[in-house]
Amino acid sequence: MHIPFFSKKTNGSNGNGFVISMEGIKKIYDTGKIKVEALKGIDIKVKNGEFIAIVGPSGSGKSTLMNILGCLDTPTEGNYELSGEKVSKLNREELAEIRNRKIGFVFQNFNLLPQLTALENIEMPMIFGKISSAERKHRARELLQRIGLEDKEFAKPTELSGGQMQKIAIARALAMKPDVLLADEPTGNLDTTSGSDVMTVFSELNSLGSTIIIVTHDLALARRAGRIIQLKDGKIEKDAITENGK
Amino acid sequence: MNREELKIIFTLFFSAAFLRKKRAILTIAAISWGTVAILLLLAFGNGLQKQLLTARKGMGENLAVVWPGETSISYKGLKEGRRVVFWVNDISFMRERLPEFEGIVGEMTDWSSTLTYGRKTVTAFVTASNWEFGEMRNQIPEKGGRFFNAIDEKERRRVIFLGYERAKELFGKEDPVGKEILVNNTPYTVIGVLKKKLQMGNYSGPDSHRCVIPLSTYVAQYGEQRLHNVVLKISSPEKMKPALDRFKQVMGVKAGFSPEDTKALHIWDTVESSKYLVNFTVGIKLFLGIIGVLTLLVGGTGVANIMYAVVKEKTKEIGIMMAIGAKPKWITTPFLLQSLFYTFLGGFFGLVISAIIVFLLSFVPTEGSMALEFLGKPTLSLPIGIFTAFVLGFVGFLAGHFPAKRASLINPAETLRYE
Repeated sequence: MHIPFFSKKTNGSNGNGFVISMEGIKKIYDTGKIKVEALKGIDIKVKNGEFIAIVGPSGSGKSTLMNILGCLDTPTEGNYELSGEKVSKLNREELAEIRNRKIGFVFQNFNLLPQLTALENIEMPMIFGKISSAERKHRARELLQRIGLEDKEFAKPTELSGGQMQKIAIARALAMKPDVLLADEPTGNLDTTSGSDVMTVFSELNSLGSTIIIVTHDLALARRAGRIIQLKDGKIEKDAITENGK
Repeated sequence: MNREELKIIFTLFFSAAFLRKKRAILTIAAISWGTVAILLLLAFGNGLQKQLLTARKGMGENLAVVWPGETSISYKGLKEGRRVVFWVNDISFMRERLPEFEGIVGEMTDWSSTLTYGRKTVTAFVTASNWEFGEMRNQIPEKGGRFFNAIDEKERRRVIFLGYERAKELFGKEDPVGKEILVNNTPYTVIGVLKKKLQMGNYSGPDSHRCVIPLSTYVAQYGEQRLHNVVLKISSPEKMKPALDRFKQVMGVKAGFSPEDTKALHIWDTVESSKYLVNFTVGIKLFLGIIGVLTLLVGGTGVANIMYAVVKEKTKEIGIMMAIGAKPKWITTPFLLQSLFYTFLGGFFGLVISAIIVFLLSFVPTEGSMALEFLGKPTLSLPIGIFTAFVLGFVGFLAGHFPAKRASLINPAETLRYE
């Protein structure tokens, strides 16, 4: 079955084939009294279609890196190019646009909007992206079908299991056909079976060409990715290709 | 934003507020109360202004009353301290030489005339004037009666026009028109009774108690030639000042006083005093309006309060929406809309309540009480409506703007980090 959202994207990278290019990224939190250097110079290049896991102990800078990768935050220093666009110096409006068009988020706690139905949740980014109503409904239903939850179209998040909610969150993340899918501990709140199901969806998406970056502290999960970036004290300690990436 | 998008936005933002029904109802009630306060205060101000201006016109419009005084500076060899006198035949002189005035009448007043009807005798003031006095001084008769006319004056008829209070005093419920009364033991026929009117300014006494007879009759009966005062009417207010200056010049030469002599004449320029009255009523309306606006602002803080609570409750959802690409305006617009919605809903109820109160007040009997006659006629008007709508919009915008701004400054990264 051919579903456009899962097809390999060909226009998301820059001239060198990198969808993400980070150089010398630093993030310093200045509280006035003390300065905390959360990232101390990160260089990462991500090719189109890569499946990367970022691992590291608590406080290593994973979340900060994820926020910068997801354009939720801007670096204090360094250059960040996403799909050939320099995003390090963009304003709030422009960053919102980038988040909408180029990035899909999947959160540990799903972060669905509780008042909306599954279908409406998937529609939300498309509303912000000014997609027509008919097109929105069409895409949202296709995504529901792809994740096997077409019968849950009118269900509110409270009526869904954890695994189902996370699948809806993945469908929402894919709605705008993003260049990169970012997932922050996507199986952290799921039982083993549901977690495995969700990881299978990620693997399938990657095999169809999607670029995926997940943050996890679960090494077994990380090994399912093609490349593991290990952080420690705000620096990259190790950046290695796994068996799956070869 | 199409209908469906609006529906989703409403679902997202209004659901939280409607869940807190009690708070929403109280807030709307506060706005309603504020609106009632502002509308009623302005309506009372409006009614008061209207009644005051009507009352001001009760005496007649664009008038000046001139009393001859005493000279304070010497004039053409005449010493100061001389009494200025206007004679009866000065009236035709004035009319001839001062055409800028639309009307000129002379007045003589007997302060202690005895009026007798049947067995009833009262002491009253009687004014003698020209027939034009009727129109100039707003002496509108009750049905079945009239003011005296040129023929009455020419033929020195003994006719009298009674103020309504004086008529009541003498005749009770009886119709006075056509009846004969004695004025200082001389019979006079009552030809009309003054129609009830609101009158604010007066000289020598209110028109409700004034009895008027033709000047020629008075002169014939008492042989008096000196006028107590003259009344001048001008066609439009702005012409009054230059016309009065000319009056001083012309009459200065005739009666022998300098136009610069401030004591020679005592002039009551009602055009000038009307200006003060207008300013005074505008001041009152402004004061009442400010009180109303402040009351409404208190209601506005209630709306702002509820909006801040919504922002706090929705922080995470706002963070999620921002993470998936909502621009700040997507966050701020619904907050502003919600705030304006509450404000206008409260405003609508306030308007309805005010309209009902104003309607009910129109049934309150005001007769017999001067205070109620002035205050009991609150009037809602389009300018009041527009002003109140503007204030409501302003309050609603302010109440929504600051919480919305806070919402738009939410950092999605921080919101989504902690559970």
